[in-house]
Amino acid sequence: MTIRLEPRAIVPRWLSPLATIAALAVALFISGAIIAAVGGDPIRSYLHILNAAFGSVGVVSDTLVKATPLLLTGLACALAFRMRLWNIGAEGQFLLGAWGASAIVLAPVLPAGTPAIVVIPAMMVAGAAAGAVWGLIPGVLKALLGVNEIITSLMLNYVALFWIQFWVFGPWSEGGFQQTKAFPREAVLPRLTDFASSVPAFSGLTVHLGLIFGVVAAGIVWAVLERSRWGYEIRLIGDSPRAARYAGIDIARNVIVVFAISGALAGLAGMSEVSGVVHKLQDRISPGYGFTAIIVAYLARFDPLKVIVASVLFGALILAGREIQPSGVPAMIQGVILFSLIVAEVFVRYRVRFERRGLAV
Amino acid sequence: MDFGLILAAGVATGTVLLFAAIGEIFAERAGVLNLGVEGMMLMGAVAGFSTAVSTGNPWLGLVLAMLAGGLISLLHAVVTIQFRADQVVSGLALTFLGSGLARVLGEGLSNAGATALLPRLTIPVISQVPVVGPIFFRDQSVLVYVGYLLVPIAWFWINRTRPGLHLRAVGESPAAADAQGIGVVRLRYTYVVVGGLLAGLAGATITLATSPGWFSEQTTNGRGWIAIGLVIFAQWSPLRAAFGAYLFGAISRFILDIQGVDSILGVTNPFQAGRSATFFLEMLPYLMVVLVVIVGSREAARKRIGAPAALGRPYVRGERGA
Repeated sequence: MTIRLEPRAIVPRWLSPLATIAALAVALFISGAIIAAVGGDPIRSYLHILNAAFGSVGVVSDTLVKATPLLLTGLACALAFRMRLWNIGAEGQFLLGAWGASAIVLAPVLPAGTPAIVVIPAMMVAGAAAGAVWGLIPGVLKALLGVNEIITSLMLNYVALFWIQFWVFGPWSEGGFQQTKAFPREAVLPRLTDFASSVPAFSGLTVHLGLIFGVVAAGIVWAVLERSRWGYEIRLIGDSPRAARYAGIDIARNVIVVFAISGALAGLAGMSEVSGVVHKLQDRISPGYGFTAIIVAYLARFDPLKVIVASVLFGALILAGREIQPSGVPAMIQGVILFSLIVAEVFVRYRVRFERRGLAV
Repeated sequence: MDFGLILAAGVATGTVLLFAAIGEIFAERAGVLNLGVEGMMLMGAVAGFSTAVSTGNPWLGLVLAMLAGGLISLLHAVVTIQFRADQVVSGLALTFLGSGLARVLGEGLSNAGATALLPRLTIPVISQVPVVGPIFFRDQSVLVYVGYLLVPIAWFWINRTRPGLHLRAVGESPAAADAQGIGVVRLRYTYVVVGGLLAGLAGATITLATSPGWFSEQTTNGRGWIAIGLVIFAQWSPLRAAFGAYLFGAISRFILDIQGVDSILGVTNPFQAGRSATFFLEMLPYLMVVLVVIVGSREAARKRIGAPAALGRPYVRGERGA
């Protein structure tokens, strides 16, 4: 039997979302089969994920807390991938962003007692800038020297982790522990629960201002990509570099700028995480947000607005997956989902024909 | 510190990178970029170690490790060759899937304790040769010697045999190869799976020879990615890949060993274990990869030799530009 792929002349509007949903269903089925094969109970695992991620207002809030870094790093990947720029370094840019934001209060750049209205914006700028610098390295190397950005951006993830470890074990270590001292109140993003005295329903809800950063960033990235001349350039480079060159678009400059902005978004995610959730710097602040972001971006088909939805789904998986045994299950499900999405895209782009050998013309 | 011992251990560590890099060279020479090396290595590592633990037979472990790597690489082959999906994304998916699946299969395996390892050999006579003998031929795992054999075989296969010519044709100019009657699809499948088998072997080299045991994702710790970087540095040549792999092996051993030293030439060693400066030492291999990838791509650009021309592009018969 042979498989023949015929490009579709017209792709119906409903086909792409349908394929995505089908891919998710197939991925859950395959993952369930694997969980069952290693002696787990897939139905119970899935019910557990649903319940632990969406079962009450409190856990929905926790899901959104996990979705926040995924949203910002997912945007970082979606923007770069839209230009077919493979930034696999969101994890490292996230860590550098967390470090840059922490430096504002730990170095300290601003003296103790500086009001939050100054500290928080300073941390945002420092986090985004540190992430941007980390993103610039593979960007500049690719633009000016033609060095493959996949390897360089990925390698810098490891370097970033050791960089964080140096600071939390060394200069910023608190009492010899592998973490820094807790941030002062001025350096902490407000959470819903902080307003529980006026709105009792907010009590215990840990959603923080970082979520707003993410949603606003999604809107801005969408507007730039879809509604601006520069966004058109980025999309044109992604779809057809040759056409972009003939149109006189400066590809090298765009590679550098997009890598920097991508890094800045991931860096802002790191700032939001240390300032909104962890409230100090330590080396285990990310369970791989920057890697999951790749799948988030792909699930959203690089559409910034859909990244919001995709990040909530994967936030749920990361939140609820922590208690699932065996512990590799969430990572495995992520891999299966990505494969299913890839195959689904084939069915969207092509009409797939299975033919018995010999009958084919 | 005994530099001879460090280099000897470096050769053993480098063998891991060597297998993975040569496997990737085969796949890329056929025109298929496979970024899933890390995932395939982890699958091989876990399959090899768990088989050895449960059966007590490390050779069986080795076979299963290669099968695991080969089997999971088949997924990449189907998706990219048959379905023409993007090779970058599929390779990333393979890394996610392989790492996750390996962690699922390796659950509880980190407490499995010791297992029978592959034998170590000293080659008579040549191990007595000064300098070279003790470094390369004394008390090394049998897999290290397999590595010595693989390098010239891979080079000879690619550059001096008829199947090797076909392999290069498929990666450089699939349309011309197809016109010559060479089965492009069949060869690409074959070499992606060869890459998977060798990545599985690389994983088992860690868990059954160089640093036995299962430490979840820390088992490979990015070495699959380092191998991909080495392929660029090696400009798709097995000989240069061997040089790079052993060099990296020696560096990573040196980083490990220097942490056990109190002082260097009378100066207190800032990189002693437990000091925070060691983290800068740990960065070195990854920074080195960035450096060698830069060197590799500059040199390739200057000499006008580069990646296989059709690398990353699916082949469709009758389509222009393929």
